[in-house]
Amino acid sequence: MASVHAIPSLEQEYEFTGESKRRLLIGIGAGVALVAIGAFLLASGVGEHSHEVVQGQGHSTGHEGEHGYKWTTRLWANLWLNGVYFTGISVIGMFFISYNYLAQAGWSSVFKRIPEAMPAFLPVTAVVILVTFFVAGHDLFHWTHEGLYDPKSEDYDPIIAGKHGFLNTPFYIGRLIFYFVAWYGLWRLLRNFSLREDLEGGTEYYDKSIKFGVVFLVVFAVTSSTSAWDFVMSIDSHWFSTMFGWYTLASWHVAGLAVMTLTVVTLRERGYLQAVNENHLHDLGKFMFAFSIFWTYVWFAQFMLIYYANLPEETIYYRERFSGYGGIYKAPFFITLFLNFVFPFLVLMTRDAKRVTNILKIACWGIIVGHYFDFYTNIMPGTVGEHGGFGPIEFGMILIFACGFMWSMSAQLAKANLYPKNHPMIEEAIHHDI
Amino acid sequence: MSDSHNNGGKFLVGIFDDDDVVLKAVKEVKEAGVRIHEVYTPFPIHGLDVALGHPRTKLGIAAFMFGLSGTLTALSLTAYTEKFDWPMIVGGKDSYSFPVYIPVIFELTVLFCALGMVGTFIVSNGLGPSVKPLMFDLRTTDNKFAMAIDLSKNGLGEGRIEQILKESGAAEVNVKQF
Repeated sequence: MASVHAIPSLEQEYEFTGESKRRLLIGIGAGVALVAIGAFLLASGVGEHSHEVVQGQGHSTGHEGEHGYKWTTRLWANLWLNGVYFTGISVIGMFFISYNYLAQAGWSSVFKRIPEAMPAFLPVTAVVILVTFFVAGHDLFHWTHEGLYDPKSEDYDPIIAGKHGFLNTPFYIGRLIFYFVAWYGLWRLLRNFSLREDLEGGTEYYDKSIKFGVVFLVVFAVTSSTSAWDFVMSIDSHWFSTMFGWYTLASWHVAGLAVMTLTVVTLRERGYLQAVNENHLHDLGKFMFAFSIFWTYVWFAQFMLIYYANLPEETIYYRERFSGYGGIYKAPFFITLFLNFVFPFLVLMTRDAKRVTNILKIACWGIIVGHYFDFYTNIMPGTVGEHGGFGPIEFGMILIFACGFMWSMSAQLAKANLYPKNHPMIEEAIHHDI
Repeated sequence: MSDSHNNGGKFLVGIFDDDDVVLKAVKEVKEAGVRIHEVYTPFPIHGLDVALGHPRTKLGIAAFMFGLSGTLTALSLTAYTEKFDWPMIVGGKDSYSFPVYIPVIFELTVLFCALGMVGTFIVSNGLGPSVKPLMFDLRTTDNKFAMAIDLSKNGLGEGRIEQILKESGAAEVNVKQF
């Protein structure tokens, strides 16, 4: 019933206040301090096991390379982990706008500026990821070692040598640059269309956005998979899974939706975005619910085939996480499953839960934390192995990235009217009722 | 809808041409003190159930229960056959290795839920074999909207109700006797 909702004005500017900036700076500062403390503790060897932890498998998969382990690896691994996670969340903003344009969806246009603000963080993660690769590529990625590909070398590894056509440094760096340029460039295009639509109106920019949104979806269909291989799967160079692209996309997608929903709810509580009613929140809740189950489906499809077939070269991946390295990854492994499936499944199941902002917020936080642990479980065993853990470095790095992401998003939101006021579907979106 | 296959009686049927008009009319007719039996439309109208004052549907609970019965059936089936009745070792795994049975459990949950809901649909709409549903106006399957009012459950006279219906936008008002 459209008449039930009072229609608020569509003219609203988001103000990125000095107070918020100060808080975010304090957050970043605290993060840097935590990372420094963690790094100092690691460098001085506190908390490091004096003896080698007996590995569950009893054999090394050679992840640590021939140089031995350096404590800085954990620092770089954390940079990489957060870089990958926040790259995903950022690009999902673009993904969301694009498929909503393609579906000509009306309801989402009222809060469209929120996903639209997310990809602005991509340049930062691009720099983080490229710098990390240049500096610490050898520590994180076993496949970057030249000896693996030389049949005369004692390190020669025929399996990895067989992947040399794809996993070689020039092609790899080229791909990374292509991802970020393509994703960010197409987002800039759509963002500019949207801003000009605000000024000029009409359907011209809407039609153009559909067209370039489709271009992005075609690009992302391929690059979401290949980037998942590059960012995450290539760490465990021997292992591969044909589900991995979908699996990472599902993880990114639901985490991005949770960030989006959390932002919408928070802005609403602060008096912004009053045109977003509980029907929009209900739909966002359904999105999170559905894609949590989708993530579980892909997770399980990958797990069960490997479990059933029981091939040693495949099961090693789960062995490392389940019982390898002294069992330190068993907790994150199950936290992932609980927070990403059981928790949202039970919390978001009923209709009322999706319409009550407090429950929605709890579910969002569960999903955001859960998918961090998803990437943690995927990245850490292959990079730091038995030297992993969860300490000040991990907390600090999350804080830095989260505050940086919020800063970039708030700055973007402040640059434009909070509603795309000339969007052709905005009227429909305001009257959204389910 | 559950009482659409009742014992008959005398009804007044207001025929409307437009979904907005019928939605507005529902509120006006109710305000005038008339109890509406049911509104029949060719397609779902947003907000009609709220306007009619229908209680929140319990279909979700029914679906959950049917699904749960499927889950329990699958759990006991796999446990009984693989653990107690005829333990088998497949692929070097324990005779009852839970992850293997998750697809079965999932499928039976969906199957039981789907079949149960089909049954619920048939029963709650009175669509069983040899049951003749009340058809107030055949045109409601095409382009008209019908509001049925049970005269035996309303204190107001027939003429007064007809007048209320006309005033709220009914194109025609017919009497239907079952």
